[in-house]
Amino acid sequence: MDTGSGMLNNSITDIDGAKQTDLPVLLPLAAQTRHAALIERREGTYRLNMQPRHALWVFAIFVAAAASAQAATPEGLIGPFEAIFKWAPFILWGPEGALTGFALNLIISFFAMLFGTVAGAALGLMQISLLLPVRRGSWFVTQFFRNSPWLVLLFTIMLLFPFELDLGFVVIPIPDWMKAVIGFSLPVMANISEVVRGAVISLPSGQWESAESLAFSRRQTLWMIILPQCVKRMIPPWINWYCILAMATPISSIMGVEESVTFTAQALNAEGDRPELIPVFYAFLLIIHFIYTYPIARWSIKLEKKFAVKT
Amino acid sequence: MGFADFFLELYENTGWNFVFLYEQYEYDRILEGMWVSIKLIVASLIFSLVVGFIGAWAQGAKSKIVRYGIAGYIQLFRNTPPFVQILFFYFVLGNWIDGFIGTYDAGGYQESYIDSFGWAVISLGFFAGAFNTEIFRSGIEAVPESTREAAEALGYTRLMSYTHVIFPLAFRVCLPALNNNLVNLLKTTTLAYGIAVPEMMYTANQIWSDNVNVSEMMIFLFIFYVGLVAILVYGMHKWENNMKIPGYG
Repeated sequence: MDTGSGMLNNSITDIDGAKQTDLPVLLPLAAQTRHAALIERREGTYRLNMQPRHALWVFAIFVAAAASAQAATPEGLIGPFEAIFKWAPFILWGPEGALTGFALNLIISFFAMLFGTVAGAALGLMQISLLLPVRRGSWFVTQFFRNSPWLVLLFTIMLLFPFELDLGFVVIPIPDWMKAVIGFSLPVMANISEVVRGAVISLPSGQWESAESLAFSRRQTLWMIILPQCVKRMIPPWINWYCILAMATPISSIMGVEESVTFTAQALNAEGDRPELIPVFYAFLLIIHFIYTYPIARWSIKLEKKFAVKT
Repeated sequence: MGFADFFLELYENTGWNFVFLYEQYEYDRILEGMWVSIKLIVASLIFSLVVGFIGAWAQGAKSKIVRYGIAGYIQLFRNTPPFVQILFFYFVLGNWIDGFIGTYDAGGYQESYIDSFGWAVISLGFFAGAFNTEIFRSGIEAVPESTREAAEALGYTRLMSYTHVIFPLAFRVCLPALNNNLVNLLKTTTLAYGIAVPEMMYTANQIWSDNVNVSEMMIFLFIFYVGLVAILVYGMHKWENNMKIPGYG
């Protein structure tokens, strides 16, 4: 009887709750793209992605640029190659015994990731709390810190945090880089919170239901069933966030933290800001950041492929 | 009691100094900063979309050199810090261009051919454009081969079928991903502070340097940027709904 209605009502609802048709108008890729964007929004922004041969190309272009600048060096002046060799230790770890420069970028990124992860895990668990005020409050905190520019957060902490903490019996000085750590850990916290929440809600509800039928309490379900499965899902986006953080640390140079960008500018200054040195030094800076971030990014992609198993 | 009087009184009573709400000079300054920021955001947004549009088209080019060039561009801009990119554009490319076509003002100082605002738009546009290229490409891949062939059968050239058939479909597919990237770009525009573009961040810095009201300015900055993100996300969702073609996924 209803020969025509089957054609009209052939829409099904997909996982995101949106209407979908099975008409072959756009490939299933369209739905996948949309779903991927939703996950991206939840679990971390863009993924670093570069083929090794491209990395080689970047390196080759750098060497070629430096060589051409070297050839153009006037008589009696230090060329870009010598200048890089001369200043590389300074840019990489600063004056002796200080552990600044690029090493400070790494230190800031380690600590910011550590604090951000601990706070973000707690915030993420609050986001799946059964108590409405806790859920709403943690949601608001997460969204607020996720959607504020990193630089604004960094400025806030750098300028409003005291330079020392007076506990009455002891005064703890807070150096600039410590404040930068706190400033960077705030956006990391908010994003890790979303990663945690995303991982928990991405588990099929059957996991919760079967745990309940086996008389697990909510806490037991969470700690013994849900979270152990989530850890696997959270590791690739977590590493990706670390890469994004590591690439963001140079902005602390705006506040005068003695990291690689600050020291590159200082080294250039010491060489008299010669225009032929500037590109080589900034390219060197790009390369050292790249050499550090790139393998980690590749590793995260590899892990994600490895963990991409059926639920 | 007027709006300005209220904040003046607030300052006198509590010390909370929202100076830009009761003093004409600071009010003008902050409006100017907001205007520059919005111009910067809109300009780099449009530029990045144009870069993405062209990049995604060139990715399907017949020439191998063009394809490799685009791939190299995407990889380079995705894998380096945007702040260093801005510095690189401003100090390195800016210097080079001024070396070729720079002019000198009456005092004998070199004038930049492209100012810091221009370089911020260019570098941020290329930064976000690299992501947009990838996003558009994923959308283009979602357009079935049969649609492409149908366009070809109707006598469309490669460029025409791209602008009239494939891209409009692909654009709808990749709007959610684009949304993520544009929000990211909006937040990244604050980095223009690093090359002294007089945008919101920079203006706020000037105001708190003059009035020593860092906390108040920070509160304002948060409201400003979170508000802008909210408006952008809301607008993109509206747009997405408006552009929906019934039956197209």
